[in-house]
Amino acid sequence: MPRRKDLKSICVIGSGPIVIGQACEFDYSGCQALKVLREEGFRTIVVNSNPATIMTDPGFADRTYLEPLDVPGVTSVLERERPDALLPTLGGQTALNLATQLSEAGVLDELGVELIGAPVEVIRRAEDRLLFRDAVQSVGLRVPESRIVTELSDLVGVSLPAVVRPAFTLGGHGGGFVSTRAQLERQVAVGLSESPIGQVLVEESVRGWDEFELEVIRDRIDNVVIVCSIENLDPMGVHTGDSVTVAPQMTLSDEAYQELRDASIAIIRAVGVETGGSNIQFARERDTGELRVIEMNPRVSRSSALASKATGYPIAKVAAKLAIGYTLDEIPNDLTKTTPASFEPTLDYVVVKFPRFAFEKFPGADSTLGTQMKSVGEAMGIGRTFSEAFLKARRSRELDAGVSSPWLELDDLPEGIHPWFLSEIERIRLALARIPALDHLDADELLRLKRLGLSDAEIADAAGCEEPELRAKRLALDIRPVYRRVDSCAGEVEAASNYYFSTWGEVDEAAPDPEREKQSVVILGSGPNRIGQGIEFDYCCVHAAQSFRELGYEAVMVNCNPETVSTDYDTSDRLYFEPLTIENVLAICERERPAGIVIQFGGQTPLKLARAIEAAGFHIMGTPFEAIDLAEDRERFGDLLQRLAIRCPEWGMASTSEEAIGIADRIGYPVLVRPSYVLGGRAMRVCYRPDDVRSALVAAARKVLIDRFLENAIEIDVDALSDGECTYIGAIMQHVEEAGVHSGDSSCVLPAPSLTPAVSEEITTIIRRLGPALGVVGLLNVQLAVVGEEVFVLEVNPRASRTVPFASKATGVNLVAAACRLGDGVKIPELGLPPERPPRQYSVKAAVLPFSRFPGADPVLGPEMRSTGEVMATAEDLPTALAKAERAAGRELPASGRAFFSVRDADKSAAVPVAAALAGLGFELVATRGTARAFAGAGIEIGEVLKVSEVEGKEGTTVVDLIRRGRCDLVVNTPQGSGARTDGYLIREAALIARVPCITTISGAAAAVQAIANARRSESCSLQERIAADSGAAPEGRSREEESS
Amino acid sequence: MLEDGAAFRGEPVGAHGTAFGEAVFATAMTGYQEILTDPSYAEQLICFTAPMVGNYGVARGRSESARPQARAAIMREARGPAWTDWLSDNGIVALTGIDTRSLVLHLRDCGSMRAAVAAGASAYEDTLQTVLEQPAMAGRALAAEVSTPDPVVYSDAGLVSVAVIDYGTKRSILRRLTSAGAMVTLMPHDVDSGTLAGFDGVLLSNGPGDPEPLVAEVATIRELLGRVPVFGICLGHQLLALATDHETYKLPFGHRGANHPVLHRASGRVLVTSQNHGFAVAPSDEEEATHISLYDGTVEGLSYPKLDAYSVQFHPEASPGPHDARLLIEDWVAELCRRKAVKRA
Repeated sequence: MPRRKDLKSICVIGSGPIVIGQACEFDYSGCQALKVLREEGFRTIVVNSNPATIMTDPGFADRTYLEPLDVPGVTSVLERERPDALLPTLGGQTALNLATQLSEAGVLDELGVELIGAPVEVIRRAEDRLLFRDAVQSVGLRVPESRIVTELSDLVGVSLPAVVRPAFTLGGHGGGFVSTRAQLERQVAVGLSESPIGQVLVEESVRGWDEFELEVIRDRIDNVVIVCSIENLDPMGVHTGDSVTVAPQMTLSDEAYQELRDASIAIIRAVGVETGGSNIQFARERDTGELRVIEMNPRVSRSSALASKATGYPIAKVAAKLAIGYTLDEIPNDLTKTTPASFEPTLDYVVVKFPRFAFEKFPGADSTLGTQMKSVGEAMGIGRTFSEAFLKARRSRELDAGVSSPWLELDDLPEGIHPWFLSEIERIRLALARIPALDHLDADELLRLKRLGLSDAEIADAAGCEEPELRAKRLALDIRPVYRRVDSCAGEVEAASNYYFSTWGEVDEAAPDPEREKQSVVILGSGPNRIGQGIEFDYCCVHAAQSFRELGYEAVMVNCNPETVSTDYDTSDRLYFEPLTIENVLAICERERPAGIVIQFGGQTPLKLARAIEAAGFHIMGTPFEAIDLAEDRERFGDLLQRLAIRCPEWGMASTSEEAIGIADRIGYPVLVRPSYVLGGRAMRVCYRPDDVRSALVAAARKVLIDRFLENAIEIDVDALSDGECTYIGAIMQHVEEAGVHSGDSSCVLPAPSLTPAVSEEITTIIRRLGPALGVVGLLNVQLAVVGEEVFVLEVNPRASRTVPFASKATGVNLVAAACRLGDGVKIPELGLPPERPPRQYSVKAAVLPFSRFPGADPVLGPEMRSTGEVMATAEDLPTALAKAERAAGRELPASGRAFFSVRDADKSAAVPVAAALAGLGFELVATRGTARAFAGAGIEIGEVLKVSEVEGKEGTTVVDLIRRGRCDLVVNTPQGSGARTDGYLIREAALIARVPCITTISGAAAAVQAIANARRSESCSLQERIAADSGAAPEGRSREEESS
Repeated sequence: MLEDGAAFRGEPVGAHGTAFGEAVFATAMTGYQEILTDPSYAEQLICFTAPMVGNYGVARGRSESARPQARAAIMREARGPAWTDWLSDNGIVALTGIDTRSLVLHLRDCGSMRAAVAAGASAYEDTLQTVLEQPAMAGRALAAEVSTPDPVVYSDAGLVSVAVIDYGTKRSILRRLTSAGAMVTLMPHDVDSGTLAGFDGVLLSNGPGDPEPLVAEVATIRELLGRVPVFGICLGHQLLALATDHETYKLPFGHRGANHPVLHRASGRVLVTSQNHGFAVAPSDEEEATHISLYDGTVEGLSYPKLDAYSVQFHPEASPGPHDARLLIEDWVAELCRRKAVKRA
């Protein structure tokens, strides 16, 4: 059956900001779908609020809307574009939920938009626990015994232990295991409030059973194939997103596996998914073989992205083709080209996925793993054996030194792990224990260790030598890795696949022809998502691949994050799915002999390798290591700034508390203490007194930088391009929150609203001096603080920054493409860039924070970055853009109601005008005693409420009660000191649970009030139209030559 | 070591000695024990593409015949001890640590070929010489070597009587027949048509080797057509094809796996099937070709309603592999039962 002819235009919904449980995988699926739809000649419309996605790039769809992913947001786009169909199965739970809401609200019927991919009844049958249970039971299978609970009184007679699962939440959010009555009641209360439909399932616990997932695809004539089986090393009880997983499954016999396969097929039919992929999870009792069906996602998922990368079978692409009418046998297998997609991939290698956690960012949070997902990213390893894949994935996590994490050491194994995995890991441990000193290590033994999957660094560590020594010996013994193809068919069919992984002691397969016409460029990716290094860098890497291909190079990608677009084999000419360690990267370089290596787009990960890459004799394209070192070595950088007469906050470097306190005394408090060479403000602290400095030093546990902390400064972020001589200012952005809140967590506005022409001019001058002085060739990010008319440089990053995608989308200038051309030797004047000028419309980037995942950690903004994602909104005026961005971030600002204030003493005077403005807007104000008195003193009418500590054991309504009962619509609370169990913490936690917007800085509050007061209803406008309007109506700017003279 | 001189090194994990046979590869990710005990693999050396073999041990009930039929197992990574002990105990020469993917690519590009698997020291030249002295698979009649010498009643409870001509049948075919309600009698490969005429149905089993030299067997099938309902699987399918004037030929490297897509032409539906055959029925546009391989267009199913004869190249009984086609056996037995009931009435 060929594609449907009755459809002309299709709208695809994305998954919004990166949050725990929904990451880059939906950018990957969205991009694949859009490619397919465009190839098939459809007009495509995208709605997604996340600017860091590739799918929202203007070139990826006919119309791109960076709009809030809520019913009004998507409705306005549908009204404007009138597509024939809406495809919601590629944007995660967010898109699926939205599709259900739009259908229930009658919007789709009214506008005549057909839901394709999954009809609403199918979504309901898969998502609604009761309907799903019926569907599963109708084919003779079982789900865990369960009952639907909508209020606490429904819990009578529930047997324990049990698991609580809220309906319609992300990643099992709000659920958990309970073994006591009290735990049960508490968890159900949380679950009921988290579930948008106020429903939780309390079910039989299958904790400790083995967990399997199957990825299933079905077409409209009922052909079904299983793309991949995935087995969890962490037994049931740990969310699959937090589990170490392996594909294909390792421990089931054929008859046991076929039972799962049969069950999956029966379920997808019973639920009725007709065109697309689904993921079905099973619990299996190891000894009896008893099965329970745990859940099904009638859409592409994190696991399907993993399965696609694990098998080379592009599930999202195939799902999109099925949605528009094709059948599986009509779709060619992408890798073989000669065989159809109606087969099941067979693997001649093993794939292991490790989750990446960030508990160090959330002190106080419970790091026990459970049914609620807590990991922020993942890394995948491919090897010819389990141990090889396991070790590759494990080291691909790139854990920071000194952090604690599940699976940190080889002995850190989950309870109840299958004995087969235990024996495999034991094999590794034994091998490590038997490694002799370097001199006694012979060729056979070394090859055996490499085949097991151990890295040079791991072997060197066990042999008591340095990695370069081990490497030298290995090369002298001529022990080198070889590369094998991922071809989806275990070699049975010839496949010109460009997707590789390394292994040892075999024959190298399809090495690039040394005589090939095109030279290659190796682009290093950013590895697993973590806080501070996420999808923004993947966006940059994907653009780099596109740009270098356009420049006539072969783009070679190296990355180990299975969620990403960069690890889609379609993105590059060759994909190496490998850990981003120096050993793996150099081996790839030796095989590729590239014209250059591109390190400026993958965040800090490739930067750490720069020195060794150059030392090995390879050429870094664009900004060389020297410039990176100059920017990151604080002493050298300090000297440079001095020479250029550029101001920076006073600073010093210390290894001991005494030194640190000495420096702090010299430069004056408050000071900012942080370790060098980290991204995302890891362990960064603002210290007001010597005690703070001492504890900060303990936390950092290594050499620290101490900077004078500038209070009440405006923080500015600049993304610029430099060719080593000439510099182009891409975007000057202002942070909404003051300096002291990490730039990644602060909202950010473009153009910067508070800069005077003089200050703007000074900033521009500074950047123009810095670029060439550092020797930057490519992207340059500078963070500055403005105090009055004085401008200070805080930090320079000679690489792509987190704001590049946002800046590119706000200005319409593709900064990455320009940086790639600079790396290729083109000069700025030859780039044909539009004149430097701020965009006419206001764009706001707002951060999305994962606090609700980490109960116990204080939900307050600070110098340590903790956001997982971001949203973008654009409007004619700033308040409208701000309000829209807050809405897109899931924190819609109230238009009226009651606002609660509790601010620290230092903020009281600054808070007065904010409170007055809110009162003027008709808000009722309440505050805790100190704040209330200060405001009343300033003539503001305000009510007083009690803190929790003030009622301790007595009767009385506290602010927390008020928030819990939904009688508070906005919370402004600046922290008096952080940490659990303080009054401030309790207020913030209550707001988080009640989903009341909680603002923790005065500048943030001021911006919010401005937004509440002045936001207008704005028409949605596509990125393409905005860029066209901007360039069309562009006033004549000064030419580059004039500016740089 | 392959007949073209290519050699791959590994460590022995099974029985000692040198095994000679045809080197082939199998791509199923599970079911290693079923594969080695499947009589269709007689005189073959099996390279598993699955990266790790032996993970879940062995179990008596998984064997597809009384003993291992393949002569050697070639693995990238064998896991024991249950599996490797079983290999040793059953006299199967086995190697682990082999660069199986390179071997597979070699066999794919150059075709299945004669080879030796040696556990222990052996001289390269002598071994190669012996390999070259072995007969090639094309033209070999092997059914006699794996067939039952005498009729055997497999099960005597059931609604209809089915004779299985044993060219090397898998136990799971017998199990599927029995569970579908048939009384099953196993017949030697050279059984005459007269003996079979009294049965309600005859199943032509799977088996090893080239179908073409089995001239007498084909003649018997010809005699049966139109007299007794016939259902063929794998080699049985090829024999039915020869009996109905189709051509068979040797595939370059065979179809051995659990993921092969087969198109049912009438419905447009695709079955994911379990396959194990080195010879195939040449592509045909004739109406009777009901199923075709989506890999190479070879005929995967034949249907002669007038002759009451049907066959499939793939394995509906799976073991190992997907159960998509399982119903074919059940449906056939159900049809036999229905007819018998009608006749009685």
